[in-house]
Amino acid sequence: MLIAVGAIVVVAVVLLYGAFAGWFGGGPITLVGAGATFPFPLISKWSSVYVNRTGVRVNYQAIGSGGGIAQITARTVDFAGSDAPLSPTERAAAPGLLHVPETIGAVTAAYNLPGISTGLNLTGPVLVEIFRGNVTMWSDPSIANLNSAVPLPAQAISVVHRSDGSGTTFVWTNYLHRANAGGWGTSLVGKSISWPVGSGQLGNSGVAAYIIQHPGAIGYVELAYTVQNSMTVAKVRNPAGSFILPSLNSTAAAAEGAAPSLPAPDADWSQVSILDAPGPDSYPISSFTYLLVYKELTVIGSSMTQTKAKALVDFLWWAVHDGQNYSADLVYVPLAQAVVDIDAFALQSIRYNGQPLR
Amino acid sequence: MLSLRIVRRIARGLPRSLGDPLFKGLSAVVAIGVVALLGIITLVLAFAAEPSIRRFGPSFLAGGVWNPVPPEVFGAAPFVYGTLVTSALALLIGVPISLGIAIFLSELAPAWLRIPLTYIVELLAAVPSVVYGLWGIFVLDPTMRSVIEPAVQATLGFLPIFQGTPIGSDKFAAGVILAVMVVPTISAVSREALLAVLANQREAALSLGATRWETTRLAVLRYARAGIFGAIILGLGRAVGETMAVTMMIGNRNAISVSLFDQGQTIASWIANNFTEAGPLELSALIELGLVLMLMSLLINVFARLMVRRVLRRGEGAA
Repeated sequence: MLIAVGAIVVVAVVLLYGAFAGWFGGGPITLVGAGATFPFPLISKWSSVYVNRTGVRVNYQAIGSGGGIAQITARTVDFAGSDAPLSPTERAAAPGLLHVPETIGAVTAAYNLPGISTGLNLTGPVLVEIFRGNVTMWSDPSIANLNSAVPLPAQAISVVHRSDGSGTTFVWTNYLHRANAGGWGTSLVGKSISWPVGSGQLGNSGVAAYIIQHPGAIGYVELAYTVQNSMTVAKVRNPAGSFILPSLNSTAAAAEGAAPSLPAPDADWSQVSILDAPGPDSYPISSFTYLLVYKELTVIGSSMTQTKAKALVDFLWWAVHDGQNYSADLVYVPLAQAVVDIDAFALQSIRYNGQPLR
Repeated sequence: MLSLRIVRRIARGLPRSLGDPLFKGLSAVVAIGVVALLGIITLVLAFAAEPSIRRFGPSFLAGGVWNPVPPEVFGAAPFVYGTLVTSALALLIGVPISLGIAIFLSELAPAWLRIPLTYIVELLAAVPSVVYGLWGIFVLDPTMRSVIEPAVQATLGFLPIFQGTPIGSDKFAAGVILAVMVVPTISAVSREALLAVLANQREAALSLGATRWETTRLAVLRYARAGIFGAIILGLGRAVGETMAVTMMIGNRNAISVSLFDQGQTIASWIANNFTEAGPLELSALIELGLVLMLMSLLINVFARLMVRRVLRRGEGAA
C-alpha cells in the first residue's frame, strides 16, 4: 500500500515537473535546430544568452551533421548545423538551402612524445605517410629533417583516429588528400573511412584521452579539446612555407584569407575549403561549420509563421554578429569581418512569402 | 490514494465470476504483447535493412570492409568476429571467478560476511557501463599496457594469440572489461541457484564423510547446474550486447586478426559509433548489423538451452 502511494506520488511529481517546466520555460517562440555536435557548446551558449535578451528560445539538438541535413531536408526543423557543406546530391534534395558559416573549427595534429613539448614541425605529406603506416618511427628521417634541433626518440608511432563518423574526420581526411592526392586517394576521404592503420576512439574526447595515455601516439583532435587538455600539438607547414601552431588567431587568419573566394549564399558550396588558405600566418587545417536555413521560409510549412520567421532571421543575425563575442571563451574561432559580411548578405536574402525579413 | 480507492471500488463492484477471467485475459494480453513486440521489432528492422540486404546479399556476412565512401561497401565479418572473441574471452575469465564468488557466498563465507558481500556484488551489477568504460580507460588500459600484457607476452608470447605490441586498448582489454562486467551478474544468479539446493542434500553428503569440497562438488554444484548455466547465459547476453565500455577499450579497428593484442570491433560498438553520421545506405547496413546481432543472441540462447537440457538428462542418468 505504502509502496503504491509512493509510486503514485513520484509519478505525479515527475509529470507535474514536466508540465511546470514547460509552462514557465516556454517563451512565445521556440526555434528548433538540429545537426552537428561540434558547434553545440557555442549554440547552447547563444541560446541561453538569447532567451534572456529576447524571450525567444532556441532548441538545438546535437544529433550529428548527417542527421541535421536529413531533418532540414524533411523540413522538420527550422535550421540545421553541418560541419561539411551540402554535397550536390544533398543540395538537389533540399533546393533553396543557404549556407551560413557560423564559426570555424581547426583540427590539430596532437601527439604524445615524452620530453618533447608542443611545436614539432610537420607537413601534410609527412602526415600522410604517418597515417598511411609508411612512417612508423618518430626518429624517421622524414620527421627528423623537419626538426633538426629536436632529439627524436626511436619510439614507435601509434596512430589514433575517430571511430565514429565525424566532421573532424571529414576535414582531416580532406587535408591529407590535398597534401598528397596520390598517397591519400579519394576513397579515404569522408566523415568515416576505412583506415589503413591505427586504432579508433569515440569522439574528440576519446582520441584526446588515448593520446594523453599512450606515449608515441599521434591523432587529430579539434582545437578546443587540445587547448582544454593542454595537449602537445604539431606546427604544420602552410602554403607560404611557415610552420604554424594551431590557435584562434592563426585559424582566424585562414578564414580571412579564404573569404574573397566564397560563393554566393545559395550557390553550390561543396567545393568550399579553407584548407591551405593563403596568408603567411594561416593555419592550414581548418574549416567552416555551417548553419543551413531555407531562403524562402514558407517551405517549412504551417509551423513557420511570419513572426517566427522574423525571429529566426533575427537570431541568426545576432549569432553571426554579437554572438561571435562568446566564441573565444569557448575556444571557437570568431568569424573574420569579411565572413560576417557574407553572412549578413545571406541573411538579408531570406524571404517569407517573398517579403524580406531584415 | 484516490485512484487506488477507485480501482478497488470498481473491482469490488464486479461480480465474482468476472474477476478470474478478467485477470487471465489481462495477463494473456501482456504476455502475447511481449511476443508481438519482438515480432514487430524484427519486422521493422528487416524492413529498414532491406536496401542493404538487397544490395549486398549474403556477402554482407562474409565481407571484411566497411567503407561509406562511394562506391559504398559494407561487410559485417570483423564485427561478428570481434563480438564472438571478446564475449568468449569474457566468459573464459569471468565464469571461474563468478563461480568462486558464488560458492564462497553460499557455502563457505561466515554469516557476518555473507550479507554485506552479497549486497556489494549485486551493487556492482548496477554500475552503468560508461563508468566501467572510464575506469577502463584510466586504470585498466595503462595497467594492461605496462604490466599485464607484457607479463602475459613474456610467458605465453609464443602463442599466436599473444603476439604484437601490447598497447592496452585491444581485444584482450575489451575481454577483461567485459569479464569484470559479467562477474556480478553471473555470480549473483549462480548464488541463488546454489542456495536453492536443499540443505539436507548437503547434510547427507557430510554425514557420509564427504569433505567440504566434495560436498560442494557432488551435492551442490551438480544440482545447481541448470541455474548456473542460466546465469552464464545471462552474462553472455550482457557481454554480446555491451556497447559503451567495449567501444572505449577495444581500439575500434575493423579487421580480423588472431592476436588478442590487436584492435578489433564488435557489432554493438560499431552501431553506436556510426549511427549519427551514417548516410542512407550505411544506415540500412547498420540496421542489418542489428538484425545479425539479434540473430546471434537468439542462436546462442537456443544452443545454450539445448546444452542445458542435454547436461541435465545425462545428470539424471548418472544419479
